Amino acid sequence: MDSSLTVTFGGHPEPDLELDCRGMLCPQPVIELGRRHTEVPVGAVVAVVVEDVAARTDVPAWCRMRGQEYLGEDTAPDGVPRYRVRRLT
Amino acid sequence: MAHAHLDAAAGAPLHPAAREVLDAALARGYADPRALHGLGRDARLLLDNAREAVADALAVRRDEVWFTGPLDAVQRGLLGLAEARLHRGARLVVPSVEHAHVRHAARWWADRHGGQVHEVGVDSWGRAYDGDLVESAIGGDVAAVACQLANHEVGTIQPAGQVELPDGVPLFVDGSASLGMIDLPETGWSAAAGHATSWGGPGSVGVLVVRRGTRWSNPFPGDPEPQDFGGALPDVAGSLAAAAALQATLAERAEVDGRRRRLVDRIREVAAALPDTEVVGDPVERLPHLVTFSCLYLSGEALVRELDRAGFGVASGSACTASTLEPSHVLAAMGALTHGNVRISLGRDVTEQQVEALLAVLPEIVGRLRSEVGL
Repeated sequence: MDSSLTVTFGGHPEPDLELDCRGMLCPQPVIELGRRHTEVPVGAVVAVVVEDVAARTDVPAWCRMRGQEYLGEDTAPDGVPRYRVRRLT
Repeated sequence: MAHAHLDAAAGAPLHPAAREVLDAALARGYADPRALHGLGRDARLLLDNAREAVADALAVRRDEVWFTGPLDAVQRGLLGLAEARLHRGARLVVPSVEHAHVRHAARWWADRHGGQVHEVGVDSWGRAYDGDLVESAIGGDVAAVACQLANHEVGTIQPAGQVELPDGVPLFVDGSASLGMIDLPETGWSAAAGHATSWGGPGSVGVLVVRRGTRWSNPFPGDPEPQDFGGALPDVAGSLAAAAALQATLAERAEVDGRRRRLVDRIREVAAALPDTEVVGDPVERLPHLVTFSCLYLSGEALVRELDRAGFGVASGSACTASTLEPSHVLAAMGALTHGNVRISLGRDVTEQQVEALLAVLPEIVGRLRSEVGL
């Protein structure tokens, strides 16, 4: 797949960093988020793309526990759920 | 130190009072209590004694109590109410955090009758609101509403005693995780289920209570009325042991549950102080013996394995430990972290030393597993 494609879904701005966690099982996607969200500046948006249904609960829970802002869920071009987070700290 | 079993909610040793009764009852109560011969009459007497003891302990009438398997008690309790009201519709209302036995039974029955299951959401402590249950029961097509006494995974007490349903809609109360520790409401419900494990009885025995005057129809093949063990050969000895365990558990409840409550408070305190760890469920209005917490970035499987290695048997609601890739529906419904989950439940004989030994190793295990994932 061409990862340079820039498309806007559901009117949301594209994330500044997209973590491709396809095929990963919990808690690996949240570990990726915990490790790599600091790669973007405060105020920027990180997205996690993952099929594993636990992420639907665990990404918002991570935001609550780590003081970040959960923006919501949309879908990647291939239909895989994508969870968007704004870095606040 | 010997291995500490801190998963009592999933199975506990028989209460010593039940063990004595079980041995005696096995020697005398093996015949079919429906048989007309002498040994049958002996068995019948024992089963009726058990029924009377359980009825007294649960503050219900003797003719409202049936012994059966624990899963069967849930299924017949909920679906028997629903079946009797099928002429009104096939919609069932259940809180989203009910035990899988309730949710699966509801879905199976609703699918079979072209109905649907309406799941009522919960707050962040896992509690459903009685007002939401009542509102969902309006509409004339609801066959039954279910509400557990307390949640089996996080311990939060539910408002089963406050649900005033409209239009004669019957309430089924699932006490499978709670009876022996929490009493059934005096009124306001039509059927209830209990599991002897929650009061130190045999794990194979359940209790079905159907209130007098309730419309109940057998949802399964067989006699239209409730029967012990669904009409199969009754487990007389197991039923009597369950009754003895329930009596003994209620007699010692203030002391045992007071102690367990204090030990759970202590575990909650230490777990809450762990970095990136969330203790879930109501801190006060809860089962006395159970506590659940989730550790960010960790797998429940690794936590269970490492605690086992250190000598502590605990449970987890995380997906990777549940032979399914679905995370705990209870944790998900609450919006709680579903990975890194540990559920600790204390038996009646738990000691302070066991709990303190667990709390001495827990921070080190969490810290080590975190460092392994680089966080």
